[in-house]
Amino acid sequence: MTQIRDTKTQIDSDIGIIATDVHKWYGNHFHVLRGVSLTVKRGEVVVIMGPSGSGKSTFIRTFNALEEFQKGSIIVDGINLSHDIKNIEAIRREVGMVFQQFNLFPHLSVLENVTLAPIWVRRWPKAKAEEIAMQLLERVGILEQAQKFPGQLSGGQQQRVAIARALAMQPKIMLFDEPTSALDPEMVREVLDVMRNLADSGMTMVVVTHEVGFAREVADRIVLMADGILVEEATPEEFFQNAKEERTRKFLSQIL
Amino acid sequence: MKTLENQQLSQPKITRITPKEWLQQNLFSTWYNSLLTIVLLAGISWGIYGFFKWAIAVAEWEVIKVNLPLFMVGRYPKDQYWRIWLIVGIISSFAGLSWGVIGRKAATLFTIPVLIVLGIISAISLLIPGAVPFKLLLILMVGLVVGNGWIGKQLGNKITTLGRWLSFGWFIAFLLILWLMLGGLGIKSVSTNDWGGLMLTIFMAVVSIFLSFPLGVLLALGRQSTLPVIKIFSIAYIEIFRGLPLISILFMGQIMIPLFLPEGMRPDRVLRAILGLTLFSSAYLAENVRGGLQSVPRGQIEAAKALGLNTPLVLALIVLPQALKVAIPSIVGQFISLFQDTTLLAIVGLVELLGMSRSILAQPQFLGDYAEVYLFNGILFWIICYAMSLGSRQLEKKLNTGH
Ligand SMILES: Nc1ncnc2c1ncn2[C@@H]1O[C@H](COP(=O)(O)OP(=O)(O)O)[C@@H](O)[C@H]1O
Ligand SMILES: [Mg+2]
Repeated sequence: MTQIRDTKTQIDSDIGIIATDVHKWYGNHFHVLRGVSLTVKRGEVVVIMGPSGSGKSTFIRTFNALEEFQKGSIIVDGINLSHDIKNIEAIRREVGMVFQQFNLFPHLSVLENVTLAPIWVRRWPKAKAEEIAMQLLERVGILEQAQKFPGQLSGGQQQRVAIARALAMQPKIMLFDEPTSALDPEMVREVLDVMRNLADSGMTMVVVTHEVGFAREVADRIVLMADGILVEEATPEEFFQNAKEERTRKFLSQIL
Repeated sequence: MKTLENQQLSQPKITRITPKEWLQQNLFSTWYNSLLTIVLLAGISWGIYGFFKWAIAVAEWEVIKVNLPLFMVGRYPKDQYWRIWLIVGIISSFAGLSWGVIGRKAATLFTIPVLIVLGIISAISLLIPGAVPFKLLLILMVGLVVGNGWIGKQLGNKITTLGRWLSFGWFIAFLLILWLMLGGLGIKSVSTNDWGGLMLTIFMAVVSIFLSFPLGVLLALGRQSTLPVIKIFSIAYIEIFRGLPLISILFMGQIMIPLFLPEGMRPDRVLRAILGLTLFSSAYLAENVRGGLQSVPRGQIEAAKALGLNTPLVLALIVLPQALKVAIPSIVGQFISLFQDTTLLAIVGLVELLGMSRSILAQPQFLGDYAEVYLFNGILFWIICYAMSLGSRQLEKKLNTGH
């Protein structure tokens, strides 16, 4: 640990997230994360797979401090999350998150959803925030809907707006928690395409997903989580063709 | 079969029914339904007939006509009535401006329902008994609303920040109105003891509404707070004031506070009344707002936090706008009952509309005119409360973003 802090500048340059032996309990008895370690390098795309209820959401949400953890350490973008509570908002500015249920703000227009945080958190002038928001909306293919409200869009469109909203803060890391699980099948593709482009542009991404195709093509590494521990960590080829762990093979046989 | 289907496709069945069919289907569908309809119709007609017979032949409307100024403004000095008219003028102008700004995107402000309402108000203004200048002043007020509505629409489309300036304008207008009512600073001062009638009712209700709203929101947030002191204080406040009848709070304000405080340090009685109404109403508002707060999904808060917003910003930009929107009907309901509850102040000796009515009825020449006076009271209250609930429905419609 001390070594990590001493060489902070070096870590800043090539490591996005380093989680070491993270433990979390819900209440006193339910040990949901049981010693999870994961390192995500800058520019890397890490996909987390695993059965439902295994703790994937809980784990990914510790990276932007939406969940607390009780033991271990997490360093995100060079800032240690475990001890310094003051850094929470600093971390969240640099880490974007996309949720399964989109969570767009229903009382704000699409454009206002995207410009809200840049204006209030980054303190950008409205004109600048709107200009960048329009560029992002164009990038995710929602430009024509900028003045509409989230309730007037399809699920796929909403999720693309949610991605644009997160990107508007110009984050260094993006977290995706099952971004396509709440979508009708015909809309999955449009969201995955946006994520693929984002990965191609060099974004550091941690993605919880069941989309095998996406994982196979986009991931640099895939990890399998089961019962609160990381069972396997492998490149996509290894993961899908010759997984080392029995648990992984069992999981793959269920989803493929 | 095929031809039948084709026919139905080419000639969609028209579901419009004639009035006669409607009557048959809804009121005379079975023999007992028909019987019920006839009995009810007879009862209603008999009631309406009785009412009009009374209203035209028996009722003595003199009491309303003679005492109209007392009903409206109490014992406010006659030579200062111009100040009241100025106040009504200010309110009409700002109401018109706000209406225009809010409706700036609409094709026209003067839709048919609006024209009908304006027509009715103008007709009433002209038809009610009274001197010609009085009628002209009423018409002028309608004119101010309409004219400023038009101006507001024109300006609102040119200056996008006008809405924000308007809230500020209302605040300045309120201070101006307060000065006009109280006097001083160059105009004759009028003691609040001389305020009365509808003017006092509306003044107390409006000020209490504007004070209790922020207080209620703060209490609702306090109740959800993670800081124990704030949480306990909020819960205690809410539960204590919800457990007390309003009348006992008002009694305490009017009768007990003077016992504790020496002469000269006693706050004004209108102020005490407003304080009582505000304390009481904010406890109920807090519960209405809490209902709204609970309806905001956790995902909203998480999404806002994930963007780096701190807690005050999450509350102000994400949680409260959604919570208040959900709570509008119950909040407006609370405002309406607050407005009606001002009548309780008659019991502790204030001469708001009801108190003034009671003191008019106590005069020998109007003894026994209860029905006329209370009917008049009822109509005034109904108009104002109905306007509030219409306003709330408009607001809900305007805030509806399709989710
Ligand atoms: N707030 C909570 N309190 C208690 N248990 C929870 C809470 N959130 C999640 N859990 C439980 O923790 C386990 C892991 O949940 P989660 O991280 O959402 O799994 P996954 O995303 O892999 O499906 C599940 O058994 C779930 O029921
Ligand atoms: Mg999950």
